[in-house]
Amino acid sequence: MSFIRVGAIVLRQLYLIRTSFSRVLPLFIWVAVDILLWGFLTRYLNTVAAAGFNFVPAMLGAVLLWDFFIRIMQGVTMSFFEDVWSRNFLNVFSTPISLREYLAGMVLTSIVTSSIGIAVMFLLAVWIFGFSFLSYGIVIIPFLLVLFMFGIALGIAASALVLRLGPAAEWFIWPIPAIISPFVGVLYPISVLPQWMQAVSRALPPSYVFESLRAVVFGGRVSWAHLFLSLGLTLLYIFLSCLFFKLTYRHALNSGLIARYSAENLG
Amino acid sequence: MAEKVLSVNKLQKVFGGIVAVNDISFEVAGGEIVGLLGPNGAGKTTTINMILGVITPTAGTVRVNGMDIVTSRSKVLERTNFTAAYTPLPGNLTVYQNLHIFALLYGVKNSGPHINALLERFDLKKFRNTKCGVLSSGEQTRVGLAKAMLNNPDLLLLDEPTASLDPAIARDIRANIRSFVTSRDCAVLWTSHNMHEVAAVCDRVLFLSHGNILLEGDPKTLPRQHQKADLEDLFIQVAREPLSLKEG
Repeated sequence: MSFIRVGAIVLRQLYLIRTSFSRVLPLFIWVAVDILLWGFLTRYLNTVAAAGFNFVPAMLGAVLLWDFFIRIMQGVTMSFFEDVWSRNFLNVFSTPISLREYLAGMVLTSIVTSSIGIAVMFLLAVWIFGFSFLSYGIVIIPFLLVLFMFGIALGIAASALVLRLGPAAEWFIWPIPAIISPFVGVLYPISVLPQWMQAVSRALPPSYVFESLRAVVFGGRVSWAHLFLSLGLTLLYIFLSCLFFKLTYRHALNSGLIARYSAENLG
Repeated sequence: MAEKVLSVNKLQKVFGGIVAVNDISFEVAGGEIVGLLGPNGAGKTTTINMILGVITPTAGTVRVNGMDIVTSRSKVLERTNFTAAYTPLPGNLTVYQNLHIFALLYGVKNSGPHINALLERFDLKKFRNTKCGVLSSGEQTRVGLAKAMLNNPDLLLLDEPTASLDPAIARDIRANIRSFVTSRDCAVLWTSHNMHEVAAVCDRVLFLSHGNILLEGDPKTLPRQHQKADLEDLFIQVAREPLSLKEG
């Protein structure tokens, strides 16, 4: 693997961000809006609910973790969409870059770009609402790891879907986090869902994170077995999403799709 | 005779039952410019895309410097480059940013001075910090050519490289490419619909029709061999009555 070629994919995104206000703003604006909205809502709930219960770590913390997952996923897809929007596949894939290097570039780009939003998120949460992720204790590490890896897996799978179905399929991608959110129980326990939804939840790693988070907040015990299970699931999803991308790419080479993404006039 | 840089052997591509390229074989030597000609849909771009590794052949092989594009993709593409009129570089990056990123992708070390030399060569210095999207199509073509020469390729694939240039600039660019080819001993596969350009620049031409190589030869003598006044007349006959020209 050439780290220079991986770096080139990241550098492209940094060049774009450096000169484009419309690309800088989304890195943190939605995170900031969510923090303000949910922060004030939880503060209000604290005033009307039974004394002694603190909604901030239960609700604001969960929302921020969910935002973290969305930033990671979108960081991956945005890097890919830049090539879709600029019809750049033929230029990129006719260079020596390998598929592994291209995917690594997408992941690294996501880490770099989403870290900006995540930093804003952490700072605002502490500064305005006095909430720190560190209040969850050591368990925050597997929480973040699971959500990070699942965001990467979903970002890669979503990119493969757009590669397979064409640029118009971009509109399938944006609602994915919203579609998943009712199943993973960001704000409520999985037990309130009907049986069939619970079955879906069990296949989604973030559901274990949010169940564990509630266990921490309500003073219960974190199920490390469940967290390890969710880590195993995310590794499986990363493997499957990379395989999906690889097979889609291979199909695109066979069908001429890569070339047609930038040129409709194949000879 | 110079060493063969590109060897295409029994190359075939079938898209859903339609044969786009049918069992073609040819070679291009270092320092040689070969014109790949033919009407729209003849299979020129599909051939170029298979050589670039962005379309997988149904059958046959493509070898560059003896290395197979399928099994040694990265190594082959380090020594190959291309530009096409229909594939501009991303318009939201400046000329320098685009060239810098592609220099990294092609593994060009210490690319700064080389990029500056290419900007000079293609009269692009004044556009160094201009976004590619606001350049005229002729200027974008020159940026594409600069990108194509970034890695000093052994094999250069040029798909209608002068399509959007005015005649004066097109002549300069042809001279520019000629001098690059001579100085670097680079092999070039050149597609164009401008037969005067092909006659002026190519050492040899291959006429494709319906995915087959119909004719091959020197662009200066080939028309006479087929009782045509010039290459353009020959092209028109290839496009309209290919069967009347079938050799052998």
